[in-house]
Amino acid sequence: MVSQTWYLALAAFVFSCGLYAALTRRNAIAVLIGIELMLNAVNINLVTFWRYGSMAPMEQLSGQVFSLFVIAIAGAEAAVGLALIISVYRTRHTVNLDELDMLKG
Amino acid sequence: MSLPEMSALFPTLQEVIFVLFALLIAVTSLIAAMAPNLFHNALGLVATLFGIAGIYFMLEAEFVGVSQILVYIGAIATLITFAIMLTRGMMFGRTSAMNRQGLAGAIISGLFFVVLLGIVFQVPWPNVVADITDGEALIANLGALFVSTYLLPFELLALLLLVALTGALLLARDR
Amino acid sequence: MWGNNWNWSEALTQFQMRLGAPEGAARLVAYGLGAVVLVTIALTLVLFLIWVTRKVVSRIQDRLGPNRLGPYGLFQSVADALKLLTKEDITPRNADVISYNLAPVFDVFGVFLTLTVVAWAPGLIGADLNIGVPFLVALGAIGIMSALMAGWSSSNKYALLSGFRVVAQLLSYEIPMVLSMFLPVLLIGSMKLGTISASQSLYLFGFNLGLGWTVFIMPAAALIYFISALAEAEQTPFDLLEAESELIAGFHIEYSGMKFAMFFLAQFMNSFFLGAIAVMLFFGGYQGPFVDQLPILGAFYLLIKAMLVYLVTQWIKGTFPRLRVDQMMQFAWKVLVPLVLALVLWQMIVMKIFSSSWMQDVSILIGNLVVGGVVLNVISNYLRRQKVVTKRAFEPKSLIGVMEPVVSSGD
Repeated sequence: MVSQTWYLALAAFVFSCGLYAALTRRNAIAVLIGIELMLNAVNINLVTFWRYGSMAPMEQLSGQVFSLFVIAIAGAEAAVGLALIISVYRTRHTVNLDELDMLKG
Repeated sequence: MSLPEMSALFPTLQEVIFVLFALLIAVTSLIAAMAPNLFHNALGLVATLFGIAGIYFMLEAEFVGVSQILVYIGAIATLITFAIMLTRGMMFGRTSAMNRQGLAGAIISGLFFVVLLGIVFQVPWPNVVADITDGEALIANLGALFVSTYLLPFELLALLLLVALTGALLLARDR
Repeated sequence: MWGNNWNWSEALTQFQMRLGAPEGAARLVAYGLGAVVLVTIALTLVLFLIWVTRKVVSRIQDRLGPNRLGPYGLFQSVADALKLLTKEDITPRNADVISYNLAPVFDVFGVFLTLTVVAWAPGLIGADLNIGVPFLVALGAIGIMSALMAGWSSSNKYALLSGFRVVAQLLSYEIPMVLSMFLPVLLIGSMKLGTISASQSLYLFGFNLGLGWTVFIMPAAALIYFISALAEAEQTPFDLLEAESELIAGFHIEYSGMKFAMFFLAQFMNSFFLGAIAVMLFFGGYQGPFVDQLPILGAFYLLIKAMLVYLVTQWIKGTFPRLRVDQMMQFAWKVLVPLVLALVLWQMIVMKIFSSSWMQDVSILIGNLVVGGVVLNVISNYLRRQKVVTKRAFEPKSLIGVMEPVVSSGD
C-alpha cells in the first residue's frame, strides 16, 4: 500500500499550484481554474482521510460524502462564476481582474 | 536470493501506478496554473482532474472518482473552456498573463507548500487500512447516508444548485 | 467450469499459476491478453460496420454500394483503411500542436474504455465495475473534451463552431440519457452491468428463456435512451456537428490521414457501443434461450442484438432529415428532460408504494406507455409541421411585382 503521507503531499502540491494561480493570474477564468485546483486538493485529502483514517470504511463514509458535496458545490460555483465573467465581459470587454477597477476610490 | 526477497526490492504495482498518477497530476497542475495560454490552462486542468479521478480509484472511492469525471470534466471543465471561447481569452498573448504580484505570489505559495509538506511529514497520521469487502454495499451505504444523516445538507444542496442555475441564466442572459 | 461465479480473468490467472508463474505477473498477462483480444475484435468490427453502413444506406438510396473488392465488396473498408493510413499527415501551421495531436487519441481512448464493462456472456466481462453505468456515462465526458480540443486547436473557424455545437448537443442530451439509463438500474438495484444482464432472465418451468428484458416494462425509457444515444453518437437526425452545408465537415475538418481515421473509428465504434449499452440495459444483454447451458452463446446474442440496433440507426440515417440547432436544443430541454424526470419520479413512487413485483411492473409499464405516447406524438407533430413549412417557404409574387416593365411615357 502507498502510505497516506504521499497522498497528502500530492494534495499539498496541487493546492499550492492552485494558490499560485489564484494569486498571480490576471485573467478571471485562470483564477477560477486555480480555485478548482484548490478544491480538488481538498477533495484528495477528504478521500484519503476516509480511506486511511477509519477502521470501518464501509460504514464511516463522511469523507466521501463531503467530497461529493464539494464536487456539487464546485459545480454551482463554476456556473455562477462563469456567468458573472461573461456578463462582465459584455459590459467591459475584458476579463482581466486588474483592469476591472471601477470601484477604486 | 529467492524470488519473494527479490520482489520485495521492486516497487509494487500499486506504487508504480501511484507514482505515474502523481507525476501526471504534478506536471499538469503546473501547466494549469502557469501556462501563458488560457486554453492550455484549461487542458491542464482537465488532465489534472483525470489524474485525481485515478487517485480516487486507487483509494477505492469509485463513486467519487466517477462523479469527479462526470461533474468536473463533463460539466465544469467544459463550462470553463466554453467561457474561454466566449470571452476570446484564447486569443491572448499580447499582454502578460501574470499580474504585478507574480513574484510575491510565487514566494507565498512556495512557502505554503513547504509548510504543508512539513506538517504532512511531521504529524503521525492514523495509518490504518481496513479492507473494503463489498464495494457495491459501500455505494448503497453512501446513498443511504445522503437521505438519513446528511438529509438537510443534501436538500440545501439541491436548493443551492437550483439557485445557481437560475442565477447563472439571469446573469449570462443577453439583454 | 462455467459455474455461477466463473470469471475469465480468474480462470486465466489460475491457469498460468498452475504453469508456475507468480501471481502478479499472471494477473498482468491475463488482463493484457483480455485487452488485446477485445481491442482486436473491436477494430475488426469497425471495418465490418463501415461496410454495413455503406451497404444499407446505398440500398435505401437505390444504389448498389461497394461491390468490387471481395464478396459483396466486403474488403472495401480494408482498402479504405489502407488508403487513409498512407495519406499525408498534415498539421496546419497555426494549429496548437499538442492538443491537435492529442485530440484523436483521446477520442479513441474514451470509446475503447467502453469495452471494459461490456458483458459478453455470464462471467465474460472485462471488469464488472461496481459503478458500471455511471462509468459509461463518464466516458462521454472524454468525447466532449476531445471534440473541443480538436475544434479549437486546428485554428479553423468552422472547426471551432462545430466544437461549440458538440458541447451544446452532447451536454444537453447527456441528461436524458443518464436519467433513462438509471431507470433499469433503479428497478434491478445494481449498477453492475453483469448483474443487470443476469437479472433480465425469465424462467419458465426451470428453463431460462432469457426474455425478461426491461424494455417490456419500460419502453419509453428505452425510446428516450435511443434518441439521446443517437444524439450522443452524432448520428443522422442529430448530425449537425458535421452539417456539410453549414460547417463543411465538423470539428475534424483539418485532420487528414491517420488522425482522421481515428476520429472516424471512434464515431463508428461509439454508435455501435451505444447500441450495445442499450442492449445490455433494455434488451436483455447476453440473455437468450439456451444461454445457461452454453454460455458462450451470450456473446453471439449480444452481438446480434447490437447489430440489429445498429441497423435501425442506419435506417434512420437513410430516411430522416437533419434537425436545426434550435430544434435540437428544444427537443432535449423541453421534451426529453421533463418527460424522463417524470418517469424517474413515477418509478420511484411506484417502487415505494407497491411491494409486490408484478404490481410495480404493471404501474411502471403504464407510466412508460403514457410518456412514450407523448414523445411519439411530439415527433409526429414535428414531422407533420415540417411539410407545411416547406410548402410555404417561397413566395414568388413579390418578385413579379419588382420585375414589371416600366410604362413608357410615350415620347
